[in-house]
Amino acid sequence: MKLITAIIPEEKLDEVREALIDAEIERITVLRVSGHGRQQEITVQRGKKVVPNLIPKVQITIACNDAFEDITVDTIIRTARHGEGKVGDGKIFVQDLQECIRIRTGERGGQAI
Amino acid sequence: MSWKRLLGLAAAVAVAHPLVAQGTAPVNDSGATAWLLTSTTLVLLMVPGLALFYGGLVRTKNVLGTMMHSFAAMAVVGVLWAVVGYALSFGPNALGGLIGWRKDLLLLRGIDQTILPAGVPEYAFAMFQGKFAIITPALIAGAVAERISFRGWLAFITLWIIFVYCPLCHWVWASDGYFFNLGAKGAIDFAGGTVVHISSGVGGLALALFLGARHGYPKTAMSPNNLTFTLLGAGLLWVGWFGFNAGSSVASNLDTARALTVTQVAAAAGALTWILIETIRDEKPTSLGMASGILAGLVVITPAAGVVQVGGALALGVIAACCCYSMILLKNRLGYDDSLDAFGIHGTGGIVGAIGLTFFIRDAWWAEAAAKVPGWGILAQLKVQGFAVLCTILFSVVMTLIIAALVQKFIGFRVSESVEKTGLDHELHGERAYGLNNLN
Repeated sequence: MKLITAIIPEEKLDEVREALIDAEIERITVLRVSGHGRQQEITVQRGKKVVPNLIPKVQITIACNDAFEDITVDTIIRTARHGEGKVGDGKIFVQDLQECIRIRTGERGGQAI
Repeated sequence: MSWKRLLGLAAAVAVAHPLVAQGTAPVNDSGATAWLLTSTTLVLLMVPGLALFYGGLVRTKNVLGTMMHSFAAMAVVGVLWAVVGYALSFGPNALGGLIGWRKDLLLLRGIDQTILPAGVPEYAFAMFQGKFAIITPALIAGAVAERISFRGWLAFITLWIIFVYCPLCHWVWASDGYFFNLGAKGAIDFAGGTVVHISSGVGGLALALFLGARHGYPKTAMSPNNLTFTLLGAGLLWVGWFGFNAGSSVASNLDTARALTVTQVAAAAGALTWILIETIRDEKPTSLGMASGILAGLVVITPAAGVVQVGGALALGVIAACCCYSMILLKNRLGYDDSLDAFGIHGTGGIVGAIGLTFFIRDAWWAEAAAKVPGWGILAQLKVQGFAVLCTILFSVVMTLIIAALVQKFIGFRVSESVEKTGLDHELHGERAYGLNNLN
């Protein structure tokens, strides 16, 4: 089992989510997060330039069986990228997942996902 | 407005219009002036109320952009009205009565010394009317929320005030206007059922159809970001509406109290009906339903506040809630994107009020009408009301579409898909509504 965590631009959430559903990845968790990478976003407030050091992003978390890792990752890359790609498009982290338990039934492992 | 219709008690004096002098020079009536100034303030309070109402209904990414639509109306129309709007609306007939015009009303120069026959300074009347001009285009924003550019909006409301609002206002409320002189005692529009609510409601619908639906509508769920704002806005609108309706008597007397009473009753009846419908049909009464019912009741009583009694106000409130609720169901079936139901509530409620009021007019009014035109009855008045409504709808739809096409061509009205996806707040204004989402 894998735990896939993706940090994506806010405006791409709907697109990514809809594409994942089309690819039959229907179990996801979404969070609003802030952070910084290489992207710089300058805003002007009352005529003064402000460079916020934390930029809002959306984080999605998906736990899946090994067979679904590639399609999940490919779908996110395809939909979260702006055109040919630009700084700020985000990152995907894939980790091995030790255990998964469905609280309702107590099932464990791959079938609980 | 109603001063012209409700003067049964003062019939001996036969004052026809607050702007039309009757011999002796008018003196200031401090009571009437104080209430008119208060009403002016209350009507302005409705605009931030509307901003909150709409701001709560959109998605998180469009809160500021949506609230800015209302505030932009305060800024743009606030200037425009004083410069030319009042002259175009309340000047004597020009272009065959299509619009009003008097040169010395430019920048309100000619009214520096004027006390109107109603006993109020003309400045107070002009500013009171100006607040109506502000809120009307702001209402339209609800139909096209979450997808228009700020520049396009500024251009649109500028043109809309000059070419739609001012002519309509002149027809209905100027002493020589078309609708003011229809039938026995004119088309009844106490505080703006046609001028404000029908014109903005159907104009909004036309604009929503012209610009098309939001990206992803209706498949993607577009939930309100903060219904506490919406309730707060509905409450402020209710309070402000006392200025809107009771202020429209341009007096501080029995007519004023009558208008205030029916306004209260109709709003409450609308709210109660809406949550009852939801309780029975949808199982749970919602706060959005409460807010919508309040608005439906307030809109329907707006044209009627001068001529109906409490029973009529209750009936209109109930009917309006049922009609507006049905119209929103119909919208969901037809699939057009009147995003925040500007047509569903203001257009529908305004039409129901302007037509429906005919069945609930008080006897004293009928007696006066019959004295002027023998045999004047419901059917005759219904024709007058229907004609005024129909003209308003046609005029507003056609003009709104022309203005929208011009703005789209020369300035750009609808935002690009990427701006729509990221949200108006960040893309158009460089801001975000809620700091909580950003740790710094």
